[in-house]
Amino acid sequence: MSAPRFDAVTLVPGVAAGAPLRLDEPLSFWGGLDPKSGLIIDRWHPQRSVNVAGRVLMMPAGRGSSSGSASLAEALRLGAGPAAILLLERDAIVVVGAIVAMELYGRECPVALASKGDWEALAAAARLVVRAEPGAAAISLEL
Amino acid sequence: MSLELSPFDRELLAGAHGAGAAFAMRLLMRFAEAVDARRFIDIEAAHVDGCLYLGRASLDFVERMLSLGGKVRVPTTLNVGSVDLIHPELFRGAKEDGENGAKLMRAHLKLGCAPTFTCAPYQTAYRPRFGAQIAWGESNAITFANSVIGARTNRYGDFIDLCCAMTGRAPEYGLHLKENRAARAVVEVQSIPDDWDSERVAVAIGHMIGRRCGGLVPAIVGLPPDTSEDDLKALGAAAASSGAVALFHVVGVTPEAPDLKTACGGLAPHLVLEVSADDLREAARSLSSVVDGAPLAAVSLGTPHFSLAEFARLMPLLEGPRPRVDIWINCSRATLSEIRARGWEERLRAAGVTLVVDTCVYVTTLMRVGAGAVMTNSGKCAYYAPGNLGVEVAYGSLAECIASARAGKVVRL
Repeated sequence: MSAPRFDAVTLVPGVAAGAPLRLDEPLSFWGGLDPKSGLIIDRWHPQRSVNVAGRVLMMPAGRGSSSGSASLAEALRLGAGPAAILLLERDAIVVVGAIVAMELYGRECPVALASKGDWEALAAAARLVVRAEPGAAAISLEL
Repeated sequence: MSLELSPFDRELLAGAHGAGAAFAMRLLMRFAEAVDARRFIDIEAAHVDGCLYLGRASLDFVERMLSLGGKVRVPTTLNVGSVDLIHPELFRGAKEDGENGAKLMRAHLKLGCAPTFTCAPYQTAYRPRFGAQIAWGESNAITFANSVIGARTNRYGDFIDLCCAMTGRAPEYGLHLKENRAARAVVEVQSIPDDWDSERVAVAIGHMIGRRCGGLVPAIVGLPPDTSEDDLKALGAAAASSGAVALFHVVGVTPEAPDLKTACGGLAPHLVLEVSADDLREAARSLSSVVDGAPLAAVSLGTPHFSLAEFARLMPLLEGPRPRVDIWINCSRATLSEIRARGWEERLRAAGVTLVVDTCVYVTTLMRVGAGAVMTNSGKCAYYAPGNLGVEVAYGSLAECIASARAGKVVRL
Protein backbone atom coordinates (compact mmCIF):
# COMPACT_ATOMS: atom_id res chain seq x y z
CA MET A 1 0.00 0.00 0.00
CA SER A 2 1.39 3.39 -0.93
CA ALA A 3 1.77 6.19 1.60
CA PRO A 4 -1.12 8.67 1.87
CA ARG A 5 -0.78 11.61 -0.53
CA PHE A 6 -2.37 15.03 -0.44
CA ASP A 7 -2.65 17.48 -3.29
CA ALA A 8 -1.44 21.07 -2.81
CA VAL A 9 -0.72 24.19 -4.85
CA THR A 10 2.90 25.06 -5.55
CA LEU A 11 3.95 28.59 -4.56
CA VAL A 12 7.70 27.94 -4.62
CA PRO A 13 8.94 24.74 -6.30
CA GLY A 14 11.29 22.26 -4.70
CA VAL A 15 11.48 18.92 -2.94
CA ALA A 16 12.09 18.53 0.80
CA ALA A 17 11.26 16.33 3.77
CA GLY A 18 11.12 16.78 7.51
CA ALA A 19 9.04 16.47 10.66
CA PRO A 20 6.03 18.79 10.66
CA LEU A 21 5.94 21.79 13.03
CA ARG A 22 2.50 23.37 13.24
CA LEU A 23 2.47 26.98 14.47
CA ASP A 24 -0.29 27.68 16.99
CA GLU A 25 -0.23 31.39 16.16
CA PRO A 26 1.05 33.44 13.21
CA LEU A 27 4.74 34.30 13.43
CA SER A 28 6.49 37.39 12.08
CA PHE A 29 9.93 36.31 10.83
CA TRP A 30 11.16 39.86 11.43
CA GLY A 31 11.74 40.09 15.15
CA GLY A 32 10.12 36.69 15.72
CA LEU A 33 12.75 34.31 14.32
CA ASP A 34 16.48 34.32 15.09
CA PRO A 35 17.98 33.71 11.63
CA LYS A 36 21.25 32.46 13.13
CA SER A 37 19.75 29.64 15.21
CA GLY A 38 16.27 29.08 13.76
CA LEU A 39 14.73 29.63 17.20
CA ILE A 40 11.40 31.39 17.64
CA ILE A 41 12.27 34.46 19.75
CA ASP A 42 8.96 36.35 19.78
CA ARG A 43 8.41 36.69 23.53
CA TRP A 44 4.61 36.61 23.07
CA HIS A 45 4.55 33.51 20.82
CA PRO A 46 3.25 30.28 22.45
CA GLN A 47 6.04 28.29 20.73
CA ARG A 48 8.84 30.55 21.86
CA SER A 49 12.23 28.72 21.93
CA VAL A 50 11.05 26.04 19.48
CA ASN A 51 13.49 25.55 16.59
CA VAL A 52 12.16 25.66 13.01
CA ALA A 53 15.40 24.46 11.38
CA GLY A 54 14.87 21.43 9.15
CA ARG A 55 11.16 21.18 9.96
CA VAL A 56 8.21 21.31 7.56
CA LEU A 57 6.77 24.51 8.98
CA MET A 58 2.96 24.58 8.90
CA MET A 59 1.68 28.17 9.05
CA PRO A 60 -2.08 28.68 8.77
CA ALA A 61 -1.44 32.36 7.92
CA GLY A 62 1.33 34.96 7.90
CA ARG A 63 1.29 38.07 10.01
CA GLY A 64 0.72 40.45 7.09
CA SER A 65 3.71 42.62 7.95
CA SER A 66 5.75 43.97 5.05
CA SER A 67 9.00 42.85 6.69
CA GLY A 68 10.07 39.29 7.20
CA SER A 69 11.26 38.06 3.79
CA ALA A 70 14.83 39.14 4.50
CA SER A 71 14.86 37.34 7.86
CA LEU A 72 13.59 34.12 6.25
CA ALA A 73 16.15 34.38 3.44
CA GLU A 74 18.90 35.01 5.99
CA ALA A 75 17.86 31.96 8.06
CA LEU A 76 17.85 29.79 4.92
CA ARG A 77 21.28 31.14 3.93
CA LEU A 78 22.65 30.13 7.33
CA GLY A 79 21.04 26.68 7.16
CA ALA A 80 18.76 27.51 10.09
CA GLY A 81 15.56 27.83 8.07
CA PRO A 82 12.70 25.36 7.69
CA ALA A 83 12.98 22.49 5.17
CA ALA A 84 9.66 23.45 3.59
CA ILE A 85 6.67 25.65 4.40
CA LEU A 86 3.01 24.71 4.14
CA LEU A 87 0.40 27.48 4.20
CA LEU A 88 -3.39 27.61 4.28
CA GLU A 89 -3.51 31.16 2.89
CA ARG A 90 -1.28 32.71 0.26
CA ASP A 91 1.47 34.76 1.87
CA ALA A 92 3.72 36.93 -0.26
CA ILE A 93 6.29 37.53 2.51
CA VAL A 94 7.03 33.82 2.86
CA VAL A 95 7.15 33.26 -0.91
CA VAL A 96 9.58 36.13 -1.52
CA GLY A 97 11.94 35.02 1.28
CA ALA A 98 12.05 31.46 -0.07
CA ILE A 99 12.59 32.55 -3.69
CA VAL A 100 15.39 34.95 -2.79
CA ALA A 101 17.18 32.21 -0.83
CA MET A 102 16.94 29.92 -3.85
CA GLU A 103 18.06 32.58 -6.34
CA LEU A 104 20.97 33.83 -4.22
CA TYR A 105 22.18 30.72 -2.44
CA GLY A 106 20.55 27.78 -4.21
CA ARG A 107 18.85 26.89 -0.91
CA GLU A 108 15.63 25.08 -1.74
CA CYS A 109 12.67 25.70 0.55
CA PRO A 110 9.49 24.61 -1.25
CA VAL A 111 6.33 26.50 -0.29
CA ALA A 112 2.91 24.97 -0.94
CA LEU A 113 -0.69 25.83 -0.24
CA ALA A 114 -2.40 22.90 1.47
CA SER A 115 -6.11 22.23 2.02
CA LYS A 116 -7.75 22.96 5.35
CA GLY A 117 -9.32 19.49 5.43
CA ASP A 118 -5.88 17.83 5.27
CA TRP A 119 -4.26 20.04 7.92
CA GLU A 120 -4.80 17.79 10.97
CA ALA A 121 -3.58 14.67 9.19
CA LEU A 122 -0.48 16.49 7.95
CA ALA A 123 0.31 17.88 11.40
CA ALA A 124 -0.03 14.43 12.98
CA ALA A 125 2.46 12.74 10.64
CA ALA A 126 5.92 11.77 11.89
CA ARG A 127 7.46 13.04 8.70
CA LEU A 128 6.28 14.81 5.54
CA VAL A 129 7.72 14.73 2.05
CA VAL A 130 6.85 17.85 0.03
CA ARG A 131 7.18 17.62 -3.75
CA ALA A 132 6.31 21.01 -5.21
CA GLU A 133 6.56 20.90 -8.98
CA PRO A 134 5.76 23.92 -11.15
CA GLY A 135 2.01 23.56 -11.54
CA ALA A 136 1.05 21.16 -8.74
CA ALA A 137 2.40 19.91 -5.45
CA ALA A 138 1.99 16.65 -3.57
CA ILE A 139 2.60 16.01 0.09
CA SER A 140 3.13 12.44 1.26
CA LEU A 141 3.12 11.14 4.79
CA GLU A 142 5.55 8.86 6.50
CA LEU A 143 3.67 7.58 9.50
CA MET B 1 -6.83 32.62 -12.21
CA SER B 2 -3.73 33.21 -14.25
CA LEU B 3 -1.51 36.22 -14.48
CA GLU B 4 -1.75 38.19 -17.70
CA LEU B 5 1.54 39.63 -19.00
CA SER B 6 1.85 42.69 -21.23
CA PRO B 7 4.33 42.74 -24.15
CA PHE B 8 6.57 44.94 -21.97
CA ASP B 9 6.41 42.42 -19.09
CA ARG B 10 7.53 39.71 -21.52
CA GLU B 11 10.43 41.87 -22.68
CA LEU B 12 11.48 42.40 -19.09
CA LEU B 13 11.36 38.65 -18.41
CA ALA B 14 13.26 37.85 -21.59
CA GLY B 15 16.09 40.15 -20.55
CA ALA B 16 15.51 42.77 -23.27
CA HIS B 17 15.93 45.48 -20.57
CA GLY B 18 18.88 43.85 -18.85
CA ALA B 19 19.58 40.86 -16.66
CA GLY B 20 18.89 42.85 -13.47
CA ALA B 21 15.39 43.78 -14.63
CA ALA B 22 14.77 40.16 -15.68
CA PHE B 23 15.77 38.90 -12.22
CA ALA B 24 13.48 41.49 -10.60
CA MET B 25 10.59 40.54 -12.91
CA ARG B 26 10.96 36.83 -12.12
CA LEU B 27 10.58 37.64 -8.44
CA LEU B 28 7.64 39.96 -9.09
CA MET B 29 5.86 37.17 -10.99
CA ARG B 30 6.07 34.89 -7.93
CA PHE B 31 4.92 37.72 -5.71
CA ALA B 32 1.98 38.51 -8.01
CA GLU B 33 0.93 34.85 -7.97
CA ALA B 34 1.12 34.78 -4.18
CA VAL B 35 -1.15 37.83 -3.83
CA ASP B 36 -3.41 36.56 -6.62
CA ALA B 37 -2.97 39.62 -8.87
CA ARG B 38 -4.28 39.39 -12.43
CA ARG B 39 -1.81 41.75 -14.13
CA PHE B 40 0.87 44.38 -13.63
CA ILE B 41 0.51 48.16 -13.82
CA ASP B 42 3.00 50.96 -14.43
CA ILE B 43 4.25 52.85 -11.40
CA GLU B 44 5.51 56.45 -11.33
CA ALA B 45 7.89 56.11 -8.39
CA ALA B 46 9.24 53.80 -5.72
CA HIS B 47 10.45 54.17 -2.13
CA VAL B 48 12.83 51.42 -1.09
CA ASP B 49 13.17 50.30 2.52
CA GLY B 50 16.20 48.10 1.94
CA CYS B 51 19.02 50.16 3.46
CA LEU B 52 18.73 48.94 7.03
CA TYR B 53 21.33 46.20 7.47
CA LEU B 54 19.60 43.13 8.94
CA GLY B 55 22.01 40.47 7.73
CA ARG B 56 24.10 39.32 4.79
CA ALA B 57 21.07 38.40 2.63
CA SER B 58 20.00 42.06 2.19
CA LEU B 59 23.47 43.03 0.97
CA ASP B 60 23.86 39.96 -1.27
CA PHE B 61 20.54 40.75 -2.95
CA VAL B 62 21.49 44.31 -3.87
CA GLU B 63 24.99 43.24 -4.96
CA ARG B 64 23.42 40.58 -7.21
CA MET B 65 21.30 43.30 -8.82
CA LEU B 66 24.43 45.41 -9.33
CA SER B 67 26.44 42.52 -10.80
CA LEU B 68 23.60 42.01 -13.30
CA GLY B 69 23.95 45.66 -14.36
CA GLY B 70 20.65 46.66 -12.78
CA LYS B 71 19.34 50.27 -12.69
CA VAL B 72 16.06 51.57 -11.35
CA ARG B 73 13.54 52.48 -14.07
CA VAL B 74 11.50 55.05 -12.10
CA PRO B 75 12.47 57.82 -9.64
CA THR B 76 13.32 55.91 -6.46
CA THR B 77 13.84 57.30 -2.98
CA LEU B 78 15.58 55.49 -0.14
CA ASN B 79 14.45 54.92 3.40
CA VAL B 80 16.72 55.26 6.44
CA GLY B 81 19.89 53.19 6.69
CA SER B 82 21.81 51.87 9.69
CA VAL B 83 24.33 54.72 9.82
CA ASP B 84 24.39 58.51 9.46
CA LEU B 85 26.72 58.88 6.46
CA ILE B 86 27.13 62.60 7.17
CA HIS B 87 27.87 62.11 10.88
CA PRO B 88 29.39 58.56 10.91
CA GLU B 89 31.01 59.17 14.32
CA LEU B 90 27.55 58.86 15.91
CA PHE B 91 27.40 55.10 15.22
CA ARG B 92 28.07 53.04 18.34
CA GLY B 93 27.17 49.50 17.19
CA ALA B 94 29.46 46.64 16.10
CA LYS B 95 32.11 47.76 13.57
CA GLU B 96 31.17 45.10 11.01
CA ASP B 97 27.48 46.05 11.13
CA GLY B 98 28.37 49.71 10.63
CA GLU B 99 30.58 48.89 7.64
CA ASN B 100 28.04 46.57 6.03
CA GLY B 101 25.30 49.14 6.73
CA ALA B 102 27.23 51.87 4.91
CA LYS B 103 28.02 49.43 2.07
CA LEU B 104 24.33 48.58 1.69
CA MET B 105 23.38 52.27 1.49
CA ARG B 106 26.06 52.99 -1.17
CA ALA B 107 25.09 49.89 -3.20
CA HIS B 108 21.54 51.28 -3.50
CA LEU B 109 22.95 54.57 -4.82
CA LYS B 110 24.83 52.65 -7.52
CA LEU B 111 21.49 51.21 -8.66
CA GLY B 112 20.37 54.79 -9.31
CA CYS B 113 18.32 55.43 -6.18
CA ALA B 114 18.29 58.98 -4.79
CA PRO B 115 20.24 59.55 -1.54
CA THR B 116 17.21 60.71 0.43
CA PHE B 117 17.70 58.23 3.32
CA THR B 118 14.47 59.34 4.94
CA CYS B 119 11.35 57.65 6.26
CA ALA B 120 9.45 60.81 5.21
CA PRO B 121 10.02 60.95 1.42
CA TYR B 122 6.74 62.88 1.24
CA GLN B 123 8.62 65.85 2.74
CA THR B 124 11.01 65.93 -0.24
CA ALA B 125 10.78 66.99 -3.89
CA TYR B 126 9.82 63.36 -4.66
CA ARG B 127 6.39 63.73 -3.06
CA PRO B 128 3.93 61.89 -5.34
CA ARG B 129 0.80 63.47 -6.81
CA PHE B 130 -2.83 62.60 -5.98
CA GLY B 131 -3.86 59.36 -7.69
CA ALA B 132 -0.30 58.34 -8.63
CA GLN B 133 0.35 54.56 -8.71
CA ILE B 134 3.54 54.00 -6.70
CA ALA B 135 5.37 51.16 -4.92
CA TRP B 136 6.49 52.29 -1.50
CA GLY B 137 8.07 50.53 1.46
CA GLU B 138 8.18 51.75 5.11
CA SER B 139 4.89 51.59 6.97
CA ASN B 140 4.52 55.27 7.90
CA ALA B 141 5.42 56.43 4.39
CA ILE B 142 2.94 53.99 2.84
CA THR B 143 0.19 55.22 5.14
CA PHE B 144 0.98 58.89 4.49
CA ALA B 145 1.12 58.46 0.69
CA ASN B 146 -2.23 56.64 0.61
CA SER B 147 -4.08 58.68 3.22
CA VAL B 148 -2.76 62.24 3.15
CA ILE B 149 -1.74 62.51 -0.52
CA GLY B 150 -4.16 60.05 -2.14
CA ALA B 151 -1.40 58.25 -4.05
CA ARG B 152 -1.83 54.47 -4.31
CA THR B 153 0.47 51.84 -2.88
CA ASN B 154 0.31 48.54 -1.04
CA ARG B 155 2.58 47.66 1.85
CA TYR B 156 5.65 46.69 -0.13
CA GLY B 157 8.73 45.52 1.72
CA ASP B 158 11.91 43.47 1.70
CA PHE B 159 13.22 42.94 -1.89
CA ILE B 160 9.86 43.59 -3.60
CA ASP B 161 9.96 47.40 -3.37
CA LEU B 162 13.31 47.27 -5.17
CA CYS B 163 11.97 44.82 -7.79
CA CYS B 164 9.15 47.28 -8.57
CA ALA B 165 11.73 50.08 -8.90
CA MET B 166 13.92 47.97 -11.24
CA THR B 167 10.99 47.17 -13.55
CA GLY B 168 8.66 50.17 -13.15
CA ARG B 169 5.84 47.63 -12.63
CA ALA B 170 3.72 46.55 -9.68
CA PRO B 171 1.10 43.81 -9.33
CA GLU B 172 -2.41 45.23 -9.54
CA TYR B 173 -4.13 44.30 -6.25
CA GLY B 174 -5.16 45.79 -2.92
CA LEU B 175 -4.90 49.56 -2.56
CA HIS B 176 -3.91 50.14 -6.19
CA LEU B 177 -7.63 49.53 -6.93
CA LYS B 178 -10.23 52.16 -6.05
CA GLU B 179 -12.76 49.62 -4.74
CA ASN B 180 -10.39 48.55 -1.96
CA ARG B 181 -9.80 52.11 -0.73
CA ALA B 182 -13.27 52.67 0.74
CA ALA B 183 -13.53 52.83 4.53
CA ARG B 184 -15.06 49.76 6.18
CA ALA B 185 -14.67 51.03 9.76
CA VAL B 186 -16.03 54.34 11.07
CA VAL B 187 -14.28 55.92 14.05
CA GLU B 188 -16.43 58.60 15.70
CA VAL B 189 -14.45 60.93 17.95
CA GLN B 190 -17.15 62.18 20.33
CA SER B 191 -15.03 64.23 22.72
CA ILE B 192 -11.43 65.36 23.05
CA PRO B 193 -9.63 66.33 26.31
CA ASP B 194 -9.94 70.15 26.61
CA ASP B 195 -6.27 70.77 27.26
CA TRP B 196 -4.89 68.61 24.43
CA ASP B 197 -3.24 69.96 21.29
CA SER B 198 -4.00 68.41 17.88
CA GLU B 199 -0.72 66.45 17.80
CA ARG B 200 -1.55 64.48 20.94
CA VAL B 201 -5.09 63.77 19.70
CA ALA B 202 -3.61 62.44 16.44
CA VAL B 203 -1.15 60.08 18.17
CA ALA B 204 -3.80 58.71 20.55
CA ILE B 205 -6.30 58.12 17.73
CA GLY B 206 -3.62 56.52 15.57
CA HIS B 207 -2.58 54.14 18.34
CA MET B 208 -6.24 53.19 18.91
CA ILE B 209 -7.16 52.54 15.29
CA GLY B 210 -4.07 50.37 14.79
CA ARG B 211 -5.17 48.20 17.69
CA ARG B 212 -8.89 48.12 16.98
CA CYS B 213 -9.45 48.26 13.19
CA GLY B 214 -7.51 45.14 12.10
CA GLY B 215 -7.30 45.06 8.32
CA LEU B 216 -10.25 47.44 7.81
CA VAL B 217 -9.69 50.90 6.29
CA PRO B 218 -10.93 53.41 8.90
CA ALA B 219 -12.72 56.74 8.33
CA ILE B 220 -12.29 59.09 11.30
CA VAL B 221 -15.04 61.59 12.02
CA GLY B 222 -14.70 64.48 14.48
CA LEU B 223 -11.10 65.63 14.10
CA PRO B 224 -10.70 69.42 13.87
CA PRO B 225 -10.49 70.75 10.26
CA ASP B 226 -7.17 72.44 11.11
CA THR B 227 -5.50 69.06 11.78
CA SER B 228 -2.07 69.64 10.26
CA GLU B 229 -0.05 67.50 7.89
CA ASP B 230 2.39 66.72 10.72
CA ASP B 231 -0.54 65.61 12.89
CA LEU B 232 -1.63 63.24 10.11
CA LYS B 233 1.95 61.99 9.81
CA ALA B 234 1.96 61.20 13.55
CA LEU B 235 -1.47 59.55 13.35
CA GLY B 236 -0.48 57.28 10.46
CA ALA B 237 2.87 56.34 12.00
CA ALA B 238 1.20 55.36 15.28
CA ALA B 239 -1.53 53.37 13.49
CA ALA B 240 0.99 51.54 11.27
CA SER B 241 3.00 50.56 14.36
CA SER B 242 0.26 49.27 16.64
CA GLY B 243 -1.54 47.67 13.68
CA ALA B 244 -1.37 46.96 9.95
CA VAL B 245 -3.07 50.19 8.81
CA ALA B 246 -1.96 51.28 5.31
CA LEU B 247 -4.77 53.77 4.58
CA PHE B 248 -7.04 55.90 6.75
CA HIS B 249 -9.45 58.70 5.93
CA VAL B 250 -10.20 61.78 8.04
CA VAL B 251 -13.57 63.15 6.99
CA GLY B 252 -13.28 66.80 5.90
CA VAL B 253 -9.47 66.66 5.97
CA THR B 254 -7.92 63.96 3.71
CA PRO B 255 -8.41 64.00 -0.08
CA GLU B 256 -10.57 60.89 -0.54
CA ALA B 257 -12.94 61.86 2.30
CA PRO B 258 -14.80 65.10 1.57
CA ASP B 259 -17.73 63.53 3.47
CA LEU B 260 -18.40 60.22 5.24
CA LYS B 261 -20.48 58.74 2.42
CA THR B 262 -17.71 59.30 -0.13
CA ALA B 263 -15.07 57.94 2.25
CA CYS B 264 -17.12 54.74 2.67
CA GLY B 265 -17.75 54.41 -1.06
CA GLY B 266 -21.45 54.17 -0.30
CA LEU B 267 -20.93 50.92 1.65
CA ALA B 268 -22.11 50.19 5.19
CA PRO B 269 -19.20 49.88 7.66
CA HIS B 270 -18.33 46.51 9.25
CA LEU B 271 -17.28 48.27 12.45
CA VAL B 272 -18.26 51.50 14.21
CA LEU B 273 -15.99 52.67 17.01
CA GLU B 274 -17.05 55.45 19.38
CA VAL B 275 -14.14 57.28 20.99
CA SER B 276 -14.39 59.50 24.07
CA ALA B 277 -11.92 61.84 25.74
CA ASP B 278 -11.34 59.13 28.36
CA ASP B 279 -10.46 56.57 25.66
CA LEU B 280 -7.94 59.01 24.21
CA ARG B 281 -6.37 59.66 27.63
CA GLU B 282 -6.08 55.90 28.20
CA ALA B 283 -4.50 55.34 24.75
CA ALA B 284 -1.91 58.06 25.38
CA ARG B 285 -1.20 56.72 28.88
CA SER B 286 -0.64 53.19 27.54
CA LEU B 287 2.24 54.47 25.38
CA SER B 288 4.33 55.25 28.49
CA SER B 289 6.07 52.47 30.40
CA VAL B 290 7.14 54.76 33.28
CA VAL B 291 5.20 56.97 35.68
CA ASP B 292 5.15 60.77 35.71
CA GLY B 293 8.18 62.14 37.52
CA ALA B 294 10.40 59.21 36.45
CA PRO B 295 14.02 60.18 35.68
CA LEU B 296 14.90 60.73 32.02
CA ALA B 297 18.03 59.74 30.09
CA ALA B 298 17.19 61.43 26.79
CA VAL B 299 14.48 62.92 24.60
CA SER B 300 14.00 61.58 21.06
CA LEU B 301 12.07 63.50 18.41
CA GLY B 302 11.53 62.97 14.70
CA THR B 303 10.07 59.45 14.30
CA PRO B 304 9.09 59.78 11.46
CA HIS B 305 11.66 62.40 10.41
CA PHE B 306 11.05 65.88 11.85
CA SER B 307 9.66 68.34 9.29
CA LEU B 308 10.66 71.97 8.84
CA ALA B 309 7.28 72.98 10.31
CA GLU B 310 8.02 70.89 13.40
CA PHE B 311 11.40 72.59 13.83
CA ALA B 312 9.60 75.95 13.55
CA ARG B 313 7.29 74.83 16.37
CA LEU B 314 10.25 73.62 18.45
CA MET B 315 12.51 76.70 18.23
CA PRO B 316 10.55 78.96 20.62
CA LEU B 317 10.19 76.07 23.10
CA LEU B 318 13.99 75.86 23.36
CA GLU B 319 14.32 79.47 24.55
CA GLY B 320 15.17 79.40 28.25
CA PRO B 321 17.47 77.32 30.45
CA ARG B 322 19.55 74.62 28.73
CA PRO B 323 17.94 71.15 29.02
CA ARG B 324 19.57 68.76 31.51
CA VAL B 325 19.31 65.70 29.24
CA ASP B 326 20.29 65.24 25.60
CA ILE B 327 17.71 65.82 22.89
CA TRP B 328 18.05 63.70 19.74
CA ILE B 329 16.23 64.76 16.58
CA ASN B 330 16.05 62.66 13.40
CA CYS B 331 15.47 64.50 10.12
CA SER B 332 16.32 64.19 6.44
CA ARG B 333 19.36 65.71 4.75
CA ALA B 334 17.04 68.03 2.87
CA THR B 335 15.51 69.36 6.11
CA LEU B 336 18.99 69.72 7.63
CA SER B 337 19.98 72.09 4.80
CA GLU B 338 16.83 74.13 5.38
CA ILE B 339 17.67 74.40 9.09
CA ARG B 340 21.20 75.51 8.29
CA ALA B 341 19.93 78.11 5.82
CA ARG B 342 17.79 79.57 8.61
CA GLY B 343 20.68 79.66 11.06
CA TRP B 344 18.88 77.28 13.44
CA GLU B 345 21.56 74.58 13.67
CA GLU B 346 23.77 76.53 16.13
CA ARG B 347 20.80 77.39 18.33
CA LEU B 348 19.76 73.74 18.37
CA ARG B 349 23.26 72.52 19.26
CA ALA B 350 23.55 75.17 21.97
CA ALA B 351 20.37 73.74 23.49
CA GLY B 352 21.91 70.26 23.64
CA VAL B 353 20.29 68.90 20.49
CA THR B 354 22.04 66.21 18.43
CA LEU B 355 20.79 66.19 14.85
CA VAL B 356 20.76 62.76 13.18
CA VAL B 357 20.24 62.35 9.43
CA ASP B 358 20.03 59.25 7.17
CA THR B 359 18.84 57.03 10.00
CA CYS B 360 16.72 57.06 13.15
CA VAL B 361 17.72 56.53 16.77
CA TYR B 362 15.16 53.78 17.35
CA VAL B 363 16.50 51.42 14.66
CA THR B 364 20.23 51.62 15.27
CA THR B 365 22.79 52.08 18.00
CA LEU B 366 23.42 55.81 18.46
CA MET B 367 22.13 57.02 21.80
CA ARG B 368 24.16 56.62 24.96
CA VAL B 369 21.30 55.72 27.21
CA GLY B 370 22.29 55.66 30.85
CA ALA B 371 19.87 55.34 33.71
CA GLY B 372 16.40 56.66 32.97
CA ALA B 373 13.73 56.54 30.34
CA VAL B 374 13.62 57.97 26.82
CA MET B 375 10.82 60.46 26.23
CA THR B 376 9.27 61.03 22.82
CA ASN B 377 6.32 62.78 21.17
CA SER B 378 6.04 59.88 18.69
CA GLY B 379 3.58 57.01 19.05
CA LYS B 380 5.78 54.96 16.72
CA CYS B 381 8.96 55.51 18.71
CA ALA B 382 7.12 54.76 21.96
CA TYR B 383 5.83 51.51 20.45
CA TYR B 384 9.13 50.16 19.09
CA ALA B 385 11.90 51.62 21.30
CA PRO B 386 11.38 49.26 24.26
CA GLY B 387 11.85 46.17 22.02
CA ASN B 388 14.54 47.59 19.72
CA LEU B 389 16.64 49.45 22.27
CA GLY B 390 15.66 47.81 25.54
CA VAL B 391 14.70 51.13 27.13
CA GLU B 392 11.75 52.41 29.12
CA VAL B 393 9.73 55.10 27.32
CA ALA B 394 7.55 58.04 28.21
CA TYR B 395 5.17 59.54 25.67
CA GLY B 396 4.25 63.23 25.80
CA SER B 397 3.50 66.28 23.66
CA LEU B 398 6.37 68.23 22.12
CA ALA B 399 6.09 70.90 24.83
CA GLU B 400 6.10 68.22 27.55
CA CYS B 401 9.17 66.58 26.01
CA ILE B 402 11.12 69.87 26.15
CA ALA B 403 9.90 70.76 29.66
CA SER B 404 10.90 67.24 30.78
CA ALA B 405 14.33 67.54 29.15
CA ARG B 406 14.84 70.71 31.19
CA ALA B 407 13.70 69.07 34.43
CA GLY B 408 15.53 65.77 33.81
CA LYS B 409 12.33 63.88 34.62
CA VAL B 410 8.90 63.26 33.11
CA VAL B 411 6.86 66.45 33.49
CA ARG B 412 3.20 66.88 32.50
CA LEU B 413 1.89 70.30 31.47
